[in-house]
Amino acid sequence: MSGPLLKLSGVTAFYGAIQALKGVDLEVAPGEIVTLIGANGAGKSTLMMTICGSPHARHGQILYDGRDITALPTHEIMHMGLAQSPEGRRIFGRMTVHENLLMGAQVVAMRNYAATRDMVFTLFPRLKERLTQRGGTLSGGEQQMLAIGRALMSQPRLLLLDEPSLGLAPLVVRQIFGAIRQLNRDTGLTVLLVEQNAFQALRLAHRGYVLVNGAVTMAGSGAELLARPEIRAAYLEGGH
Amino acid sequence: MSATNVAPTGTDDPGSRQLLRRISKSVAGGNPFADAALSALVAFGLFAALIGLRTDSGPVGLVLTPRPWALAGWVGAVFLVRLLVLLWRQRTRPAQAYAENRRLAEGLAHLSRLLAPALLLLALALPSFADRSYLDLGVLVLTYVMLGWGLNVVVGLAGLLDLGYVAFYAVGAYTYAIFSTQFGLGFWTCLPLAGALAALWGVMLGFPVLRLRGDYLAIVTLAFGEIIRILLINWASLTGGPNGISGIPRPTLFGLRFDASGGPDTFAGYFGLEYSPTQRAVFLYYVILALALLTNWFTLRLRRVALGRAWEALREDEIACRSLGINVTATKLTAFAIGATFGGFAGAFFATRAAFVSPESFTFIESAIVLAVVVLGGLGSQFGVVLSALVMIGGLEMLRNALSELASGGYLGPLGALVPDPGQYRMLIFGLALVVVMVLRPRGLVSGRTPSVALGRRREISAELVAEGRG
Repeated sequence: MSGPLLKLSGVTAFYGAIQALKGVDLEVAPGEIVTLIGANGAGKSTLMMTICGSPHARHGQILYDGRDITALPTHEIMHMGLAQSPEGRRIFGRMTVHENLLMGAQVVAMRNYAATRDMVFTLFPRLKERLTQRGGTLSGGEQQMLAIGRALMSQPRLLLLDEPSLGLAPLVVRQIFGAIRQLNRDTGLTVLLVEQNAFQALRLAHRGYVLVNGAVTMAGSGAELLARPEIRAAYLEGGH
Repeated sequence: MSATNVAPTGTDDPGSRQLLRRISKSVAGGNPFADAALSALVAFGLFAALIGLRTDSGPVGLVLTPRPWALAGWVGAVFLVRLLVLLWRQRTRPAQAYAENRRLAEGLAHLSRLLAPALLLLALALPSFADRSYLDLGVLVLTYVMLGWGLNVVVGLAGLLDLGYVAFYAVGAYTYAIFSTQFGLGFWTCLPLAGALAALWGVMLGFPVLRLRGDYLAIVTLAFGEIIRILLINWASLTGGPNGISGIPRPTLFGLRFDASGGPDTFAGYFGLEYSPTQRAVFLYYVILALALLTNWFTLRLRRVALGRAWEALREDEIACRSLGINVTATKLTAFAIGATFGGFAGAFFATRAAFVSPESFTFIESAIVLAVVVLGGLGSQFGVVLSALVMIGGLEMLRNALSELASGGYLGPLGALVPDPGQYRMLIFGLALVVVMVLRPRGLVSGRTPSVALGRRREISAELVAEGRG
């Protein structure tokens, strides 16, 4: 196996004077599903955004496919084969499902558009049915499917998923996690998944990191982390 | 004083407080009489001095004449109108109103499909039957249609609220004025130049405001418009200051001038026609029509390509755009630049039509009118801009004519004495009409959004559904 697809070393990030990330080390190997779990405000989404260069990391280094992307502007990073499905879905509400997917394909200038779209439709047949409908008129689960589908339209090697289970019914969450697993298995897509829903995320992922107050406190395989009593106490029991 | 009434209400005696509480309770409970009474009270507060007192010139200075009956009349009118509106609203249930709105939206969408080609034909044929005054009105309306379409790129598509659009209009107008009077360049040479310079100013405005949105952006663009105007006033050596620039040459048709000399290099002389000033009016009319149609065609094309779609996506969600690898900076700047270019074209046309430019033509009210045209038409709707320009600009001028007709014709009878100069009510009626339209159709005349890509039948979805995330 070659080196990691994504490698963060000693990454810090600030919002004004507030330090949100306090030296994060993290690796994602090609073909892996890696999850990042943690409580509200632990810095999970910040880490996701920092990888995309918004905000930029103040210290440390972010390597993608061996290239230093720490200081690149966001739109250049997103041209390198990363795609993000942002927190809260952020689909374009007044635009149709079709237009949303087209927006996702802009970064690769519509290359392999039809094939990629068909792949997304196989994954989420619901989107095909809803093609001419406005994004804002979809249900929460469908919007999440659209957000992931839109990200996939850029044919990424690394998919960053920020809380895809947010506000969704358990059945829908299972559906979406199933789609992620299927994608990873069939196409070898590498996934970095940020989740609050620790139980499901750890079951899906090959490896996981636990983020507490902007720093990684634990790392290990999904099964390992699931078995740790402190994880059970903090994130699983009494919760989901 | 107990802890509960620390707030300075200004009404400390318990009786009036209780009364206020009772009124607010019945208003909230939907009692139309209480609501109307409250409206009448507000009207009384507003009108007590404005209408209830009149200043007349007395022997020493002004004296105040009380007019209790006029005041009572107005307050009573407010009460009645408010009551009628409320009662009428109670009659129609929400579900019914919803269905009505939907029918209206579909009807308008349907209408626009038929009406747009009809209006285009009418616009093309107008010079063949209209007289000079209607032709001039047509030119005026088309200028605003063009400005509206230009601003629609910035405000309607990209969602960047621009209150200083007149700046680009001014840049275009002065570009042509200066280049033609100083260097003797012709209109058709200067037109692209005016567009390019306006685009440059658009980018110059765009850079500092890249990180601003909404209200903050609006304030800066407002200031930008004023800066340009004040620059035009004070840079007298170049712009002629407050006196402006006069003697701006008229446009030519492939080198043929429109004047009465009758030589072979004039339109009339070349074609062996008898000279008439209408020829130039018709020519100007077709020039602005062509410019406006070019703007429309360009915008409609842009909506179907990546850049136009990125504008609309930017209006919806900037963060999502970033996450999709859209270069937000470049996208915003192109929106400003392209919107400004059209403003510049319109400005050059304005200069050549009027043959005179001065800073007075480029005040904030122009920006406001163009923005009103766009908002009233429905943000992002090309056809809406046409409708609202027709109503706002055309309608306003027709109203002026109709009102003076009314006054001079003695149609008012005994009322004529009461309203000596109905022309003065023009802006009042106009403002009222705007308010009524915005109450009835809060998202503009044509408020649906046509998808930029369609599979099979195109569907227009009404604003009500878009707004509430249904349908």
